[in-house]
Amino acid sequence: MTELLIGTRKGLFVLRGDRSGPFEIVHRAFEGVTVEYAIRDPRSGLYLASVTSGHFGPRVWTANDPTGKWEQTAGPAFPEDAGATVERIWVVTPAEEDGVLWAGVAPAALFRSEDGGETWELNRALWDRPERPRWQPGAGGLALHSICPMPGDPDRLTLAISAAGIWHTDDRGKSWRKGNTGLVPLYIPEESRATSEDLCVHNVHRSPARPERLMLQFHTGVYRSDDGGDTWTDIGEGLPSTFGFPMAIDPADPDSGYVIPLVADLDRVTPGGSLRVYVTRDAGKSWTARTHGLPQRDAYMTVLRQAFTHDGGTPLCLYFGATSGAVFGSVDAGATWFTVAERLAPVTAVRVA
Amino acid sequence: MALVKLRAPLKDLAGGRSEVRLQGASLTEVLRALEREHPRTAGWVLDERGGIRPHVGVFVNGERTKEDVPVGPDDRLYVLPSISGG
Repeated sequence: MTELLIGTRKGLFVLRGDRSGPFEIVHRAFEGVTVEYAIRDPRSGLYLASVTSGHFGPRVWTANDPTGKWEQTAGPAFPEDAGATVERIWVVTPAEEDGVLWAGVAPAALFRSEDGGETWELNRALWDRPERPRWQPGAGGLALHSICPMPGDPDRLTLAISAAGIWHTDDRGKSWRKGNTGLVPLYIPEESRATSEDLCVHNVHRSPARPERLMLQFHTGVYRSDDGGDTWTDIGEGLPSTFGFPMAIDPADPDSGYVIPLVADLDRVTPGGSLRVYVTRDAGKSWTARTHGLPQRDAYMTVLRQAFTHDGGTPLCLYFGATSGAVFGSVDAGATWFTVAERLAPVTAVRVA
Repeated sequence: MALVKLRAPLKDLAGGRSEVRLQGASLTEVLRALEREHPRTAGWVLDERGGIRPHVGVFVNGERTKEDVPVGPDDRLYVLPSISGG
């Protein structure tokens, strides 16, 4: 049985079914409010959901059973002296330390929980970076949306901020350094690009099989790093557009990555009304469009950064959802696709429990 | 006259021109001159109260600005859609 946690603008949908479908909606939680992200922590079995009420703000909720009772946690929330308010909680990620969780929020900040998400503490070293007053928000706000722990090394962590680029720590968050060499912000005047701090990373993932390799969807490009995220190589050639939001890496194959291109930043829909997942099997040297089972006519869709995921299995199962409310799955590493759900609310996040 | 560089969709509204030379001693004066010479751009960069729209990026010689800074004849202005605007 596969369980999907689908965050939407109108609640969390829990779907269950065989990995190749069909899937059934077994529960809807947080009716009427936005669920930005939801995961199951594989270490504890605890479910965590980032929920943003338009009236009452954002909060992490937890449950032992996603179809049962959810309990609110104490945050994350900024301490009074930070002079800020959490607007959205973009991502919650299990750390490499037992029981520890990281959360990324807007305005761009990292929080740490050592009690399974009950309480959260602001990472002051990142919050107090002297560059912060110059950081520019993306359309979704100034968002810390991607957190990549280093397998087996709790001291190392890589983050992405839209639009303040890639940040690394080598001392468990006591200090931070940038990792943006090679990223080219084409939306900035050419004479300013080399020094610009406006680096709009949309999504980044680390390869568990080869942890020094990461793949990154940028505002104007798709990139690969082979040195832990210090330098980046453009791998966007062969794609119909290098604009998009989510990215996925096959955890068993560091050369295999997936993107879902959109037309451009001024037209954030699938090109030509055709929904295509692009796959590379050679670390970005070439890309192949996968269309079988996906709508190829009149499909002007948007897939957001947290709305594409996999189950980590072999062959790899992939799932993604669109703001149209449609959700799709693949049980053959993206070669063919099937419809998981057709008419949910606008999808913000998809994760396999 | 300052050189103003435009990208789509402003470039299209300026008759397909990616560069225009415009008179003006300040950023607002140059942007007003853009509206006069290319009326289809009116209201796209400056709002009805004369402020730069929040999701339009204006750079003077590569430096982002939201202020009405002085502009000289050798200055280069870029008017770009901001990443925050989508």
